[in-house]
Amino acid sequence: MIRTLLSGDYPRSRALSVLLLAILAGLALAPFVFPGTRSLDVAAKVCVFILLVASYDLLLGYTGIVSFAHTMFFGIGAYGVAIAVSRLGPSWGSLVLGSLAALACSALLALLIGVLSLRVKTIFFAMITLAVASFFAILASQLSGFTGGEDGLTYKLPELLLPGTKLLQAPLAGVEINGKIVSYYLVFFAAAALFLALLRVVNSPFGRVLQAIRENDFRAEAIGYRSVFYRSAANCVAALAASAAGILYAIWLRYAGPDTTLSLDIMMDVLLMVVIGGMGTMYGAVVGATLFVIAQNYLQDLMKLASDAAAGIPFVPALLHPDRWLLWLGILFILSVYRFPAGIVGKLRSK
Amino acid sequence: MSEPRSAEHPVLQTHGLSIRFGGHVAVNQVSCAFHPGTLTAIVGPNGAGKTTYFNLISGQLRPSAGRVTLYGEDITALAAPQRTRRGMGRAFQLTNLFPQLSVLENVRLAVQSHAGMGMNLFSVWASHVELIERAEHYLYRVKLADRRDAPAAALAHGDQRKLEVAILLALDPDLFMFDEPTAGMSVDEVPVILELIHEIKNQGDKTILLVEHKMDVVRSLADRIIVLHQGELVADGEPAQVIASPIVQQAYLGLVGHE
Repeated sequence: MIRTLLSGDYPRSRALSVLLLAILAGLALAPFVFPGTRSLDVAAKVCVFILLVASYDLLLGYTGIVSFAHTMFFGIGAYGVAIAVSRLGPSWGSLVLGSLAALACSALLALLIGVLSLRVKTIFFAMITLAVASFFAILASQLSGFTGGEDGLTYKLPELLLPGTKLLQAPLAGVEINGKIVSYYLVFFAAAALFLALLRVVNSPFGRVLQAIRENDFRAEAIGYRSVFYRSAANCVAALAASAAGILYAIWLRYAGPDTTLSLDIMMDVLLMVVIGGMGTMYGAVVGATLFVIAQNYLQDLMKLASDAAAGIPFVPALLHPDRWLLWLGILFILSVYRFPAGIVGKLRSK
Repeated sequence: MSEPRSAEHPVLQTHGLSIRFGGHVAVNQVSCAFHPGTLTAIVGPNGAGKTTYFNLISGQLRPSAGRVTLYGEDITALAAPQRTRRGMGRAFQLTNLFPQLSVLENVRLAVQSHAGMGMNLFSVWASHVELIERAEHYLYRVKLADRRDAPAAALAHGDQRKLEVAILLALDPDLFMFDEPTAGMSVDEVPVILELIHEIKNQGDKTILLVEHKMDVVRSLADRIIVLHQGELVADGEPAQVIASPIVQQAYLGLVGHE
């Protein structure tokens, strides 16, 4: 059972297994263990980003493709839901329609980018994706009648997913079971299922061909694999998964805008999450995304505590001021890349 | 026009095959036919164009002029993967492996390519026992079975050469192309590879092209020798006759000295 779920790809390290189980338990029980709007927001974001980062690792770590268009596909998913639901009304039908349209659009675009430009060298491909992604972000902010421009789109969802909907009369384990909890579990289970699907893809015969192409595309061609074809297929699979992550994020936030999905800042975050977690292993996405999102959300709080505690000591409180959180996040990254070049998962496995 | 696959018709034929790099003609108007069940050695001094000729045949390079036909079908426009799928297999002169993947994986990828299973996305690779068993069989044949789980990069040079050959065997081609398969191998490892080439030859229906420098190897294996010199085909015939010919003595063995 577990073997089938994990596609025979075990964590291969006791510490990593414990860490992954802790993350899984934390996310599965988040509404009960970490009650409160903000912590549930963070938990949902972790779920979405695990999927997004895992799909990016399929490209970067497994296939050796450097793409900057990944948040574009993330954005297509989110905007697909947002546009469909705000135009056609908050029904399940429009939600499904928007999702399917977004997935189709992403697959087509990924195929097009792949076939037209995966023949060129890595660096040129990266530049092309950067251009396409920037173009898309500008398009989304300019077509304001359609996409809501810089403000984005806020919309209603089917009633079951709204926070005002109560499902149980009495609270369960002290937590009110409402539409927000339903959407959280929708996000959680969908992200988990898609993550396991990606884990299967990288451990399939196809996944091994991708690794072979990453290692030596010349030789992969010589034994009969057309690398352009396989790279394009990988690009499509990754784009579909990224769009699915975007769809889930749009369901969770009930908002889609340039800053939550399309922006290149998110692309950079995803890149960092892959590197911190460990490239070329799906479990790296879990660890990287979880740590990053939590740091992004709670480092400021932690610093405020530290800054207050250090009150009276000269200079230190200023250094620990919450406004300096980006500085500290940066230092944490530099240290982690220096200390764990193979990522946290690589480090844990090498022990 | 496609011709029937029989012993009289060549498996592979090159027609006036040439390639130019700038002003340098690396392979010049080479026309040659290779028949099933034969082993042809291609010899010539360094820089004679042997490996370039191989690259033109297996599709790593496109010719400036001329054609390549496989069973009478023009394959000049086909890329390397398509040629491989039509039954050509090549082992490289410079070891050319998937360094971070295990020895078994290296071979299994070739088995999988032969089985046409590359686009299988939703099964676990390790569950395809028949592919793994076949890969193990080829590792056994090159005497690498005990290193199956080591990364290819960790192998000694001689073992990497053997792995290179195992990958070629795993493609199960009709046409085998060996580019100096024993180069850099220690003396006691060479017989393993030569024995394998003998076995392939004794199957009777396979066509083998062999680029080789060692004259004793060529003598013991080849049915025919062709000599390339400065990109041109200068001699073609039975081993004893070609080796004795003045042009080979001069061009290849360098016995007459240089100009």
